[in-house]
Amino acid sequence: MAKITRKDVEYVARLARLELTDAEKEKFTVQLEKILDYIDQLNKLDTKDTPPTSHVLPLKNVWRKDELSQCSGEIREALLKNAPDREGNFFKVKKVIE
Amino acid sequence: MKYEAVIGLEVHAQLKTLSKVFCGCSTEFGSGENTNICPVCTGQPGVLPVLNKKAVEFLVKTGLALSCKINGHSVFARKQYFYPDLPKNYQISQYELPLAEHGYLEIGTGNEKKKIGITRIHLEEDAGKLLHAIGNRDLDYSLVDLNRTGVPLMEIVSEPDLRSPDEVHQYLSKLKSILEYLEVSDCNMEEGKFRCDANISIRPVGQKEFGTKAELKNMNTLKGVKDALEYEIERQIEVVSGGEKIIQETRLWDANKKSTQSMRRKEEAHDYRYFPEPDLVPLNLDKDFIRDIKESLPELPADYTKRFVEAGLSEYTASVSASEKPLAVFISDAISGTGDAKERQDIANWVINELLARLNASGKTIKESSVSAEMIRELVLLIKNGTISGKIAKTVFEEMFNRGKKASVIVKEKGLVQISDESAIEKYCDEAISENPKAVSEYKSGKEKAIGALVGGVMKKTGGKANPQIVNKILRKKLS
Repeated sequence: MAKITRKDVEYVARLARLELTDAEKEKFTVQLEKILDYIDQLNKLDTKDTPPTSHVLPLKNVWRKDELSQCSGEIREALLKNAPDREGNFFKVKKVIE
Repeated sequence: MKYEAVIGLEVHAQLKTLSKVFCGCSTEFGSGENTNICPVCTGQPGVLPVLNKKAVEFLVKTGLALSCKINGHSVFARKQYFYPDLPKNYQISQYELPLAEHGYLEIGTGNEKKKIGITRIHLEEDAGKLLHAIGNRDLDYSLVDLNRTGVPLMEIVSEPDLRSPDEVHQYLSKLKSILEYLEVSDCNMEEGKFRCDANISIRPVGQKEFGTKAELKNMNTLKGVKDALEYEIERQIEVVSGGEKIIQETRLWDANKKSTQSMRRKEEAHDYRYFPEPDLVPLNLDKDFIRDIKESLPELPADYTKRFVEAGLSEYTASVSASEKPLAVFISDAISGTGDAKERQDIANWVINELLARLNASGKTIKESSVSAEMIRELVLLIKNGTISGKIAKTVFEEMFNRGKKASVIVKEKGLVQISDESAIEKYCDEAISENPKAVSEYKSGKEKAIGALVGGVMKKTGGKANPQIVNKILRKKLS
């Protein structure tokens, strides 16, 4: 039986850069717990001979030739324009130093 | 206490495709900022990545060349972290089921050979580039260029089998050379097309368990890797000898300060929450696909080395000759159809010692050489059959290099044919003897070496053209 704590919710929220109120943390703790309990039913099944599902579509090897298809200058301009900030043709962000 | 280092490497090599791994943007280096971008590689909502088949083929090729097992069934995964060089906030990579696993690379020569395990090779996309300064001016913001985002990389992870910076250097040189032979990567370190991170720990010699490791980053040259590892081994030994503990952390190499600095990071940043990439269906490579690639594999450094040794070159010369493909092809051409092992060794020596040095000095590659493989072969033949002396050969070679002419033509033009006629040489020997009584008496009193001055005298008189063996013979006869 999975046990989700408030701490788990805070941790996951931080990883996903989500800001949650106290009420939301409470609510999601309960909800996540319920979801995991539901999923837990799978543990009752014998999956010894079932390969893990990595994709739900019955497709494989969808690929393309190594050819250039560059998009137009207008599209590139739109990509830059859509960003919160730019400088010339650079995207501009808050200072990040590793 | 004596310590040994335990080192494992992660190499990122850029695959030499025309277009990016999941979109049709160009991979060209040095384009204007944000010119090779599109909605897919900038992570716009609703777009779908489509895999570049060539990138898969290149990776499989590399895997086979490094004796890996190719996983027919392979899947992509999302590796999630927030950083502005990665607009999707996740990198498409592989986690479980990488394309290739369990291979090895052999380093060392002769009896010192050692297999370094390759844990895995997986396919992933590169991230963009961040700019924190323009020239010398530090910016109080950062600029982002996404041209590199989505360029195909393969990550080659080694087992912790390396024990010294020297072994690391050998491993990287060899790996680079193999990738160049396979023509799957340019491996240009300055352009960031071949990057290396190292996991390193130390332990007392004889201890089985590993020590706590540090991860080293930011080493941009082969020399940087070596320097950083040497520094880090010293540092760790000092920490442990002082009774303290090594902290597991990432450290950045600073080439100017010649030291590694701790890169503080929140622990949770390493929780990447991998899961199977829902936008890409699994790969299922059948036997024919893998077999076709296997059959297309070119001759590799090890094959050339083996062939050179069989042709009579020394182990050392053979492995130097095979270190770069154009050089191996050149030497292979130059020694084909030649007489004996000594002649082939001489040819290889001329190429490695003289031609390469000249080319390096003039900033040229062997492909641009004005001296062809046939020309070297002819030069060595002229020395072998006594037409010119080894000393004159250097002058001839210089002319060959500068003017692109054949040795026989230069010898004829300049009258450089060796004098092997004994009566002609005898005359010069008599002169040398009468001009240097000191050397004569020294030689007669048992100082063997004194004959050198007399040989030198004859060579000077003949402009270096006298056959040195005959000069030696005649002088000894006259002085006995």
